[in-house]
Amino acid sequence: MEKFKTITSTAVPLPAENIDTDQIIPARFLKATDRERFGDNLFRDWRYDEKDQPKGDFVLNDDKYQGSILIAGKNFGSGSSREHAAWALVDYGFRVVVSSFFADIFTNNALNNGLLPVQVSGEFLSMILEKTISNPQEQVLVNLDDQEIKLLSSGASAHFEINSYKKQCLQNGYDNLDYLVNILDKVTRYEELTQKP
Amino acid sequence: MAKTLFDKIWEQHVVDSIPDGPDVLYIDRHFIHEVTSPQAFAGLNSRGINVFRPERVFATADHNVPTIDQHLPIQEKLSRLQVEKLTENCKAHGIQLFHLTHKHHGIVHIIGPELGITQPGQTIVCGDSHTATHGAFGTMAFGIGTSEVEMVLASQCLMQYKPKKMRITVDGKLGQGVVSKDVILYIISTLGAGGGTGYFVEYAGSTFRNMSMEARMTVCNMSIEMGARGGLIAPDEKTFEYLKGRLYAPQGADYDRQVPNWKELFTDPDAVFDKELEIRAEDIPPMITYGTNPGMGIPVDQPIPSRAGEEKALEYMGLKKGEMLLDKTVNYVFIGSCTNARIEDFRAVAGLVKGKQKAENIRAYLIPGSKLVEKQIDDEGLRLVLEEAGFEIRQPGCSACLGMNDDKVPKGEYCVSTSNRNFEGRQGPESRTILASPLTAAATAINGKITDIRNLV
Repeated sequence: MEKFKTITSTAVPLPAENIDTDQIIPARFLKATDRERFGDNLFRDWRYDEKDQPKGDFVLNDDKYQGSILIAGKNFGSGSSREHAAWALVDYGFRVVVSSFFADIFTNNALNNGLLPVQVSGEFLSMILEKTISNPQEQVLVNLDDQEIKLLSSGASAHFEINSYKKQCLQNGYDNLDYLVNILDKVTRYEELTQKP
Repeated sequence: MAKTLFDKIWEQHVVDSIPDGPDVLYIDRHFIHEVTSPQAFAGLNSRGINVFRPERVFATADHNVPTIDQHLPIQEKLSRLQVEKLTENCKAHGIQLFHLTHKHHGIVHIIGPELGITQPGQTIVCGDSHTATHGAFGTMAFGIGTSEVEMVLASQCLMQYKPKKMRITVDGKLGQGVVSKDVILYIISTLGAGGGTGYFVEYAGSTFRNMSMEARMTVCNMSIEMGARGGLIAPDEKTFEYLKGRLYAPQGADYDRQVPNWKELFTDPDAVFDKELEIRAEDIPPMITYGTNPGMGIPVDQPIPSRAGEEKALEYMGLKKGEMLLDKTVNYVFIGSCTNARIEDFRAVAGLVKGKQKAENIRAYLIPGSKLVEKQIDDEGLRLVLEEAGFEIRQPGCSACLGMNDDKVPKGEYCVSTSNRNFEGRQGPESRTILASPLTAAATAINGKITDIRNLV
């Protein structure tokens, strides 16, 4: 996994609430056996019409809005456990998703792919959505070391929570698998001790 | 200290604890399917790692498979490749696969319990958010992503932070025509689509005690639809009786030795939950959904509420605030999915439609959850009843619940569905899903419009 570094970027605002993983990547695009190119179908049915033409009113089709930070309404990533949702966001170029609330499985999937979910208050979310919608050039800074998200124009900032273990993993590019395969003797001892049927 | 059932199962499975970090939990049973496992195996192969405990892993192809002509090669290329990949991976790593023509093939959350692979007190994971289904047996069961599937394959363990605990107590007798699906839709509409996020739920109270194992599975199945990681019900005599003699359950003396251990699986009387919700069974009516998440549910005979922020969902659904769904014409009915495709569901449907005909405008799909359920439908003579009523019975799979195969609801059409999600496009691009119980779905098929089951029974 890539190390997560401080990011300064413009942002893509998507104020809809309860964005489920079926919207992030519809089930019919889950037929691949590798992790490549899921970004092509990110938000497929919001982004393209039935003739595969881009829908003009969707933010990803609006050239004004670019950047590696997605800002979305509350309860982002609910529904299916498909990690393809995280792969699609990362493949498209996002490194951070900001919302006031994230679904549990999505959070794990995101962190396992170096995509940082930044949870902020509802008030801060409304403010940052408003600022980035009205000024597409607005620069947003996300600093993992200090656990801070900041609007560079006004200096308005918010602290965000992340577990210290997960933070270290992101900072160093470690994943849980590295840890788990090194404790297999412990696992075997546990099996013997508990006489697992 | 008094403990919840969830605490007990968690503590029994801690292999290691990382300071200021997660616990490493041992996983007793790992179910895999064709859609969320290929990248996990590819990851293992690229690192040169073997599957650590293949005998604890069980595989089926369900999400992406056709529900007709399952004895023939799969026509659609990408689906075929995915199923072939699963077969290849299971063979290479010595994993039991219930392939498409196996007599025990079916939807992962149907066959696990049905074959007795699921047992009380276990930790169970699967790369599928409806893994909570297995919680009906007093297990800690939850959905995971593909990276986590890879971790479990490599180590039979998973790193987890302990979630908060919520207890939902429902007491009393359910009204006429009200079934377990209505109970869980009611709970989700009370808490909202994100109301359970961060929690693991225990369902308690006499209403759940009085439910069959199959009805309990329907409840636990939809725990994720309020955001909860999972939901469980303490095992009891019904649970032990259900498991007796099942293929992978302990047999004979082994079974007799296990039952006393299973009886220890309950929440201590003084245990404390982070959140409690109490509901009276008699307050629960037959429920349907009107929006694009399962939290948007109402009693079948009530108008669509006026709530801020639901405009986009209503526009998608072609509905208006204040509108009644009752008597609305729908053209599709889907009875199936890991939520409601067990034999009791089909018995209930057959009982209701016996001697009747579906309405002319209706196309009614009925998809058994497994080959064994399909066999029961035949053995009990239900096929004839259902087909005479005009229902189309297909072969087992996830089917129109998520529309990965050809079973899709056309653009703009409403479908009363016994599945678990009414997200935009879930049953096909621009399809409109209305979630309901098998009884409500069957009654709707007969009348050709949304029906209050209480007016029919």
